[in-house]
Amino acid sequence: MSVSPFSVQAVRSLFPALNQTVFGKQLIYFDNGATSQKPQVVLDTLAKYYALENANIHRGVHYLSQQATTAYEAARKQIQQYIGAGAPEEIIFTKGTTDSINLVAFSFGERLNAGDEILISAMEHHSNIVPWQLLCERKGCVLKVIPITKKGELDLEAFDKLLNERTKLLAITHISNTLGTINPVKELISKAHLFGAKVLLDGAQSIQHLSIDVKDLDCDFYTFSGHKVFGPTGIGVLYGKAALLDSMPPYQGGGDMIAKVTFERSTYNTLPLKFEAGTPHIAGAIGLGSAISFLQSIDMEAAAKHEHDLTTYAQGILDTFEGLQLIGEAKNKTSVVSFIIDGMHPFDIGTLLDKQGIAVRTGHHCTQPLMDFYQIPGTVRASFAFYNTREEIDTFITALQRSMQILGA
Amino acid sequence: MTIEQKQQQIIEEFAIFDDWMDKYEYIIELGKNVPTLSAELKTPERIIEGCQSNVWLATKVEDGKMYFSADSDAIITKGIIGLLIEVFNQESPEAILQTELFFINEIGLAEHLSPTRANGLLSMVKRIKTEALKSLSK
Repeated sequence: MSVSPFSVQAVRSLFPALNQTVFGKQLIYFDNGATSQKPQVVLDTLAKYYALENANIHRGVHYLSQQATTAYEAARKQIQQYIGAGAPEEIIFTKGTTDSINLVAFSFGERLNAGDEILISAMEHHSNIVPWQLLCERKGCVLKVIPITKKGELDLEAFDKLLNERTKLLAITHISNTLGTINPVKELISKAHLFGAKVLLDGAQSIQHLSIDVKDLDCDFYTFSGHKVFGPTGIGVLYGKAALLDSMPPYQGGGDMIAKVTFERSTYNTLPLKFEAGTPHIAGAIGLGSAISFLQSIDMEAAAKHEHDLTTYAQGILDTFEGLQLIGEAKNKTSVVSFIIDGMHPFDIGTLLDKQGIAVRTGHHCTQPLMDFYQIPGTVRASFAFYNTREEIDTFITALQRSMQILGA
Repeated sequence: MTIEQKQQQIIEEFAIFDDWMDKYEYIIELGKNVPTLSAELKTPERIIEGCQSNVWLATKVEDGKMYFSADSDAIITKGIIGLLIEVFNQESPEAILQTELFFINEIGLAEHLSPTRANGLLSMVKRIKTEALKSLSK
C-alpha cells in the first residue's frame, strides 16, 4: 500500500468518500479540521474486526478474545511508537480529545487546591476551556488566559508574565482549529516546567499534520482524536507520562480498571487499564491503529509540503478579494484558511458553497471567546488535507465568487 | 386563502427551479424584501439564538388574527422567514396551531428546519405556535 513518492491522485483514490457527487456536483471536501475522511484500509479493518474477530478483551480464555486483545494492545503499542511515548502504558484509549481532557481535568484536577492557577490561551476550543472551568468551580482554582495578537499568534510576553509558582497546569492547543496557528509549544513547555507546572497539549489539530514526538516536546499530556487522523469516530488517546498517570486517581469506575473488588474496598488495576473502565471501543482502537499504519505508508514530509502549498495558494487568491478578511495570519500555520466577507454572513456563504458541492465549516468553530476577540459572529473555514488539490481550490474560488455575486447583488 | 392554499402556492412558485443555485438566488431575493426589524424591536425576549445565525420574532394579535414580523442576520434564513411569515400571517391562532408545515419539505428546504441546522428557524416555528397558544389562553 506504499504511496511513495507522494502523489495526490494516488492518495485520493484510497478515500472512497472523495469520489461522490452532492447536489449534482463533484464533492469537494474542505472540512478536514472537523473530521477527516477514511481510507479504504481503515474501513476494511473495521469490517473485518466485526465480521471475524469480534470478542470482548482482557478476560476471555477463548481464541477470539485472545485475538481481539492482541490486536487492541498492538494498536496501543503502535500509537506509542508513532508519537514517541516511552511505554504502551502511557497510552490511554479514550473517546476522543474532549474525553481525554476531561479525564485529566477530573483526575489530575483532584490534587489541585483553591488558588492554584490553570493557564489556557485565548484560541482554545471549548473542550479545552469548559473542563477547566468546571474544575475551577469544584476546587476554587483560577483560570488564566494567555492573550493573542490580531494576527492570531500567542502574546508571548504576556505568557511570561502570567506564569508563576501558582501555575499548576498549562493546557494549550498545539494548533488552533479556527486560525491554523501552530503554537511554539516546545518553548512554552520548557518555560512552564521552570515553574513546576505540568503541560497538556490539545493535539486534535496537530496529529494529522505534524510528526509528533512527545519525548522531544516533553509535554506531560498529549491528547488527540482518532477521527481527525483518518481513523474512526469515538476513539481517542490520552498520552501521559507514566509516573504522573500512576500518581493520579481513577477517573471512572467499572470493569477492567480494578484489581480486586469487595464491598468494603476496591483496589485498582495498573496503567493503562486503571483509566479504561468498561468495555472499550475495541474496533475503534484497532481502526485507529490501521489509520496510523496508513499514515506511516505516506511520505508525510511531502504531504505536509503539499498542504502548505494548498494553503498559500488559497490564501494568495483570497487575499486579492475586495472586502474579504483572512482571520488567522500567523507566520507558522497549518492548512486552515478562515475568512469573513464584508456584509455577508458566514452561514449564507457556507450554504451556497454547499449547494455547489463544497463542504466548508461556518460559524464560531466552538471557539466563541476567540470570535469575541475578533468581534465577529463566525468565519468561513476551509481546512485542507493532503488529499485535496489545487484544482479543487480553483473550483472553490469560482463557487465563492458566484456566491458573493448572488449575496451582494 | 387558507394556510394550506398558501403553502400550495409557494410550492408552485418553486416548481420552476431545477437548479439549486437558482432556487437559493430566489430565496435570497425574498430575504432582501423582508422588512428589517427596527432596532428597538430586537430585544432579548425576541431573539432566538442559533448556533449559526440569529432570528428575531415580533408578534401582535389584532381582531383575533396574528401578525408576525421577523428578521435574521443571515439572508438565506431571512428568506425562509419571509416564506414562513407569508404562511402564518393574518391567520387565527387556532388555524396556526393546527397547521402542519409541508411546503418546506416539498421545496427541498427541509435541512433548514432540521434540529441540527441550528439557525433558529425550527425554534421560530415553535415560538410562533407557542404565541398562538398563549393568545388563546388569554
